[in-house]
Amino acid sequence: MDRFLFLTFDGLSRGAVYAAFALALVLIWRAARIVNFAQGAMAVATAYVAYSVADATGSYWIGFLVAVVAGLLLGAGVERVVMRFVDHSSPLNGVVVALGLVLIIQGVLGMIYGNEFRPAAAPFSRDAFEIGGVALLSRYDLFVFGAVGAVVVLLTLLFTRTPTGLRMRAAAFAPDVSRLLGVPVGGMLTLGWALAAAVGSLAGMLVIPTELGLHPTAMDIVFISAFTAAVLGGLDSPIGAVLGGLIVGLLLSYISGYLGATVAPMAVLALLVVVLLSRPDGLFARSKARTA
Amino acid sequence: MSALLEVEGLTAGYGAAPVLHDVSLTVQPGEIVAVLGANGAGKSTLLRALSGLLPIQKGRISLEDRDLTKIKVEHLVRHGIAHVPEGRGVVTELTVEENLRLGGLWRKPQPSLEPIYELFPRLAERRTNEGHQLSGGERQMLAIGRALAAQPRLLLLDEPSLGLAPKVTAQIMALLRDLRDRTGLAVLLVEQNVRSALSVADQGIVLSLGRIVTRHDAATLVDDAELRHAYLGF
Amino acid sequence: MTALQDRTRTRAAHKAQARLNPYLVIAAGAVVVVALTYMLPPFRTYQLATVGAYLCVTAGLTVLTGLNGQLSLGHGALMATGAYTLALWQNKFNLLLPGILVAIVVTTAVGAVIGLAAARLRGPYLAGLTLAVAVVVPSITSTFDETFNSDQGLSVILNPPPDSMTVEQWQAWVCWGGALLTVLALALLTRGRFGRDMRAVRDDETAARLAGVSVARTQVLAFVVSAACAGLAGALFAVIAQSVSPGAFPLTLSLFLLMAIVIGGLGRLSGALIGAVLLVALPAVAHEIGEAAGSQRLEGNLALTFFGVVLVVVMLAAPGGLASLRIPFKKKGH
Repeated sequence: MDRFLFLTFDGLSRGAVYAAFALALVLIWRAARIVNFAQGAMAVATAYVAYSVADATGSYWIGFLVAVVAGLLLGAGVERVVMRFVDHSSPLNGVVVALGLVLIIQGVLGMIYGNEFRPAAAPFSRDAFEIGGVALLSRYDLFVFGAVGAVVVLLTLLFTRTPTGLRMRAAAFAPDVSRLLGVPVGGMLTLGWALAAAVGSLAGMLVIPTELGLHPTAMDIVFISAFTAAVLGGLDSPIGAVLGGLIVGLLLSYISGYLGATVAPMAVLALLVVVLLSRPDGLFARSKARTA
Repeated sequence: MSALLEVEGLTAGYGAAPVLHDVSLTVQPGEIVAVLGANGAGKSTLLRALSGLLPIQKGRISLEDRDLTKIKVEHLVRHGIAHVPEGRGVVTELTVEENLRLGGLWRKPQPSLEPIYELFPRLAERRTNEGHQLSGGERQMLAIGRALAAQPRLLLLDEPSLGLAPKVTAQIMALLRDLRDRTGLAVLLVEQNVRSALSVADQGIVLSLGRIVTRHDAATLVDDAELRHAYLGF
Repeated sequence: MTALQDRTRTRAAHKAQARLNPYLVIAAGAVVVVALTYMLPPFRTYQLATVGAYLCVTAGLTVLTGLNGQLSLGHGALMATGAYTLALWQNKFNLLLPGILVAIVVTTAVGAVIGLAAARLRGPYLAGLTLAVAVVVPSITSTFDETFNSDQGLSVILNPPPDSMTVEQWQAWVCWGGALLTVLALALLTRGRFGRDMRAVRDDETAARLAGVSVARTQVLAFVVSAACAGLAGALFAVIAQSVSPGAFPLTLSLFLLMAIVIGGLGRLSGALIGAVLLVALPAVAHEIGEAAGSQRLEGNLALTFFGVVLVVVMLAAPGGLASLRIPFKKKGH
């Protein structure tokens, strides 16, 4: 029972990261109808920058801030320089271009930093403290919950309470009509990519110190888990992405805990297959066939 | 009196084959001009070209002597032109209130929505409903209300009667006349439904194959049987 | 029409193929390869063998994506399946030809499973699923480490080649034997009814369905065929490298394959050859640049970056691939 509780909290902590990362995927999907397969690589790139800055300044927090800002810039840059010019007549084109970006980013990171795993320090202790004799949560887990919670709240406020959020939603749902109403649709798309990439960077900063370490391909498996979470949530639904992330995190934690960590990647794959084949519209999506 | 909207020699369309040929027209402040013609005559294309949704190949568009020919679509509304597109363009995923707010979003400070709700009490009742929950008539009201939230001087209205019951269409036409009388709003109204369009319009323009074939007072078009037969087919 | 799968282009390509007798092309190819193995130095012959192995998988993929419109990022993992199957077989029985056949059969079976799921998915969902396959499958070697020996991988027992030829020559013959047979099989397969069905499904599923084509069956079959090709390629790689390890089949391998077929021009078997050559040539160039610069970091990563840039640029400039850029020049000549 103690172990179950521990695994539950551990799973929620992992799940919070997947949720944030899935949220980033959903943001871009809603804005541009592209699954950003380069999201993982982009997050790793900003994490490298962040740890370089943290090493140079001696402050993790300056590095953390830099990661988020670098994410904003990288996301905006990718949309402005590359994605804007993709021919969207086939959904494959955006996917292929994103994968090209993966190669470029991983190659450039390897050239600059090398392909060895680098240790990545966590800002808080990852030792769980005991509550009533049961080791449940570490300070780091609390930090993760706080950071992801803040992201979710801020994004919710942005989208539901601010004019910019309303513009972004309108631009995503009905670009031509929005233009007629004076919404700068292109700018909203850039902003969407920037925000999504920043959220992705934040998720990367949260997950890299836990088990992955810093490596050009460190986020590949996280991407798969988050993609599964986003699909589970319906790909169109931010709430679904968060719930999907938590579900995936919990499942992986139980599976790693009871069956061994090496089974976890296969479990993700199995889960993805099951979701895609049995609940093709996700658990929470309103409608729409899975053919987009 | 100088014209509000002035279009000279407008040629526009997709690629090498323009849909509109050398179209010139004016709309005076406070005037309702109906654009009539058969399906495919280029009526909607005219509105789309005016608001920049369609590339213009030749000609000039100006609003109160300000050249708008090369304007970006998203800047149009700042110059006082609101375009209610074909099919109404209600953002179905947003609520009624959000749709209306969207209309006035570019204004600072943002205008109150109360006048719109007074104009359309039905929309006030459905404030928190999402666009896809509305009936066709409600959507048309929402689309017009949203355009009015931008406080335009010229309203481009594309087929407002499409799919609506005659009674609802009549309400909308009455509303246009009322708005014109109270606020001086000018309307360029594209309609398939000739009778209801001419019931409110001051002027009628007939398009055929992308060219203006005649322009007359609405009353003349309605009364002159010969004109009616020749251009409007009834 | 969709940019990745331009109809007119493939139709033109199809006509061009129809004029050539595939048997003659294959025979000519065999003569050229044999001649090359006697002319090239050993290292070039080894590279030639690698091109042959790559050609198996790029040819299969170009049929899947170019003719059938399905995007798979999982073929690196399918190659791993073929390679590991061959390694396990060889270390037990040491009978190469049956081993290669077994590798193809096993990979085909795995491909059928993925293909069944894939036939129900489109666009980014299919890409995401196959991406997951590519990322997850290599990790299976750690899950079942008694069998697959984790990250170290397995060595492959092989009999020495006949006395009359060098190892490299023998590798090139084996690989190109496989490659030419693959190309022949695919050429024959795609000109028949199956090819028509695939193109119909790619261009308009609804229309294809109305015309009596079973969309799902065609898609699964296309996936299975391309999986068999990947299995063969994997087995041949195991033969060339005489070892298998998960590090040889990373996600980037699948992305390289994607790049190869995109650059080569989708749906053309000649494009698959261009892609296979590039897969060997670009890393070799990057390797030499890296050596000249004295930087180990540069080597592999330069190739990666190179591939990525080419992929993005080609997709933005000419979504039909390099082969699509070539066609207008030809037309001018007529």
